[in-house]
Amino acid sequence: MAAVDAQMPEQLRRWHNIRKVLERSGPFCHPDFEPSSEILDFLMDSCKILVVGAGGLGCELLKDLALMGFKKIHIVDMDTIELSNLNRQFLFRKSDIGLSKAKCAVEFVNKRVPGCEAVAHHCAIQDLDEGFYRQFHIIVCGLDSIVARRWLNGMLMTLLQYNDDRSLDQSSVIPLVDGGTEGFKGNARVILPGMSACIECTLDLYPPQKTFPLCTIANTPRLPEHCIEYVKVIQWPKENPWGNTTPLDGDDPQHVAWVFEKAQERATKHGITSVTYRLTQGVLKNIIPAVASTNAAIAASCATEVFKLASSCCTNMNNYMVLNMADGVYTYTFSAEKKPDCVACSNTTRVMEVEADAVLMDIYEKLKEDQAYLMKSPGITTVINGRNKTLYMPTIKSIEERTRDNLKKKITELGLYNGAEILVADVTTPNTIAIKLKFSDNVDAEISR
Amino acid sequence: MIKLFSLKQQKKDEEGSARAGGSQKKASAAQLRITKDLNELNLPKTCSTEFPDPDDLLNFKLIICPDEGFYRGGRFVFSFKVGPNYPHEPPKVKCETAVYHPNIDLEGNVCLNILREDWKPVLTVNSIVYGLQYLFLEPNPEDPLNKEAADELQSNRRLFEQHVQRAMRGGYVGSSYFERCLK
Repeated sequence: MAAVDAQMPEQLRRWHNIRKVLERSGPFCHPDFEPSSEILDFLMDSCKILVVGAGGLGCELLKDLALMGFKKIHIVDMDTIELSNLNRQFLFRKSDIGLSKAKCAVEFVNKRVPGCEAVAHHCAIQDLDEGFYRQFHIIVCGLDSIVARRWLNGMLMTLLQYNDDRSLDQSSVIPLVDGGTEGFKGNARVILPGMSACIECTLDLYPPQKTFPLCTIANTPRLPEHCIEYVKVIQWPKENPWGNTTPLDGDDPQHVAWVFEKAQERATKHGITSVTYRLTQGVLKNIIPAVASTNAAIAASCATEVFKLASSCCTNMNNYMVLNMADGVYTYTFSAEKKPDCVACSNTTRVMEVEADAVLMDIYEKLKEDQAYLMKSPGITTVINGRNKTLYMPTIKSIEERTRDNLKKKITELGLYNGAEILVADVTTPNTIAIKLKFSDNVDAEISR
Repeated sequence: MIKLFSLKQQKKDEEGSARAGGSQKKASAAQLRITKDLNELNLPKTCSTEFPDPDDLLNFKLIICPDEGFYRGGRFVFSFKVGPNYPHEPPKVKCETAVYHPNIDLEGNVCLNILREDWKPVLTVNSIVYGLQYLFLEPNPEDPLNKEAADELQSNRRLFEQHVQRAMRGGYVGSSYFERCLK
């Protein structure tokens, strides 16, 4: 014990400020907050955090969380380090160029912050499965892609469990803290999947991708961007400089150089100047210059929210914060509302009881005639082993013809089982809805599965 | 307000196996939305769809057979590719039939505002179908993709009409060859 005692002053000093927050009450505390020294133990030893993205925001987040005392941090990123990252992604050095962002970030932080046990995953978020995501208490992301956000959002919805009365099992909720920046602007938000507005609820808030009318870029280019877009959209698929199957890759310097050269030729022809390599890269990859201080501010806000969620020491932001530092500093927090017909989070899965030996027609008839549904021409699909399967779709002639025979088949033959979910689209509902099948004869169902 | 701390005892183990197996991978938001779009597709009588794989609702073909206008009697095939970011981004639509048209080039690129700059997530596959059908009824020489065809439509309507007919029957217009696409 003597050795431990010798370390005490340093240990005390290190967590002194955090302890003040966690071991004392105060007027701004969450109403259910019970100050205790156990909270810090929880943060350090049990609380598992997933950081998604090890770029501008990810580096900041990892550093912030590690310095707050979180030890069990995982970080996932499929990218490798490039020269242009080094000005703001401060966990990387010039000698790291070409290496995995996730791995380098973890190595740096584990070495720099004593006790930190961060784990790296150098892969796409889509490569990791439900079991992986389920192990975390909180997920925080710093992504630059809407597709990735939507995917992650969908994954967290998949993990939600509902009780038989369609109420949410709160223990299945994994909070998502999402940060995003674009130049001097940024936002941070807290999402409680199934409980508060999710990524899909507020999809309209993302600005549309900047596109130019095809005829303008084809015939009357006026801007250098028009020339680059022309090469990207029209000339590349026409000439296929790397062979038929090679799509344009904005990360491949040779591809960018080819586009740059062709765009310059076109610009000269139309009397347009200032097509540069950087602009070409920017248009191809939709790059908006990243600002280190915006990343720092947004990441700090996200990390604070993670800390509040994990410790309950304070109420979380409600629930969407915007920050604009383009002209002075402006910030505003509002409560984004849950969309009642959101495709991702309003699907609280109804339950339909069917006989284990029912045929698809029975389900179809039930959807049309049962008072709970009264649908007109329901299209029924499902997902089996991760693959989409169209069971029956009456409104599309070519699909109807090829799925008509399914109506006569037993649902178990079609791959459905007790607890399986079918997806039903109909004019009578604002969205495709999910319905969980519950076999009335459970014993048989288990055997047939 | 959720109080995560009260849940801390619920130890999350490495596999998270406690509930594994019970849940089925859910369809993506794009998949749910396209299912809805397609189920409610209300095609004009000149249009039909073809699904090479009925289980894959993200890739399909639309066939337009105009019954009036310059392109009457032709049969034009468009391929639709719906990406994972639908409906935030529009589907990718290409014309697979070579057509002499001011707003469609010989590579099959289509200049229709709602396919690019004016796309909004509230629009549906149906909106695109109507947009494409409209292109055949009212080719628009103001925003040309095939400049030659557009100039001709503006300067000599008769000649344009003849060239459209020739292309649909199969043959050369200028130096470009068009496959026969009459019904």
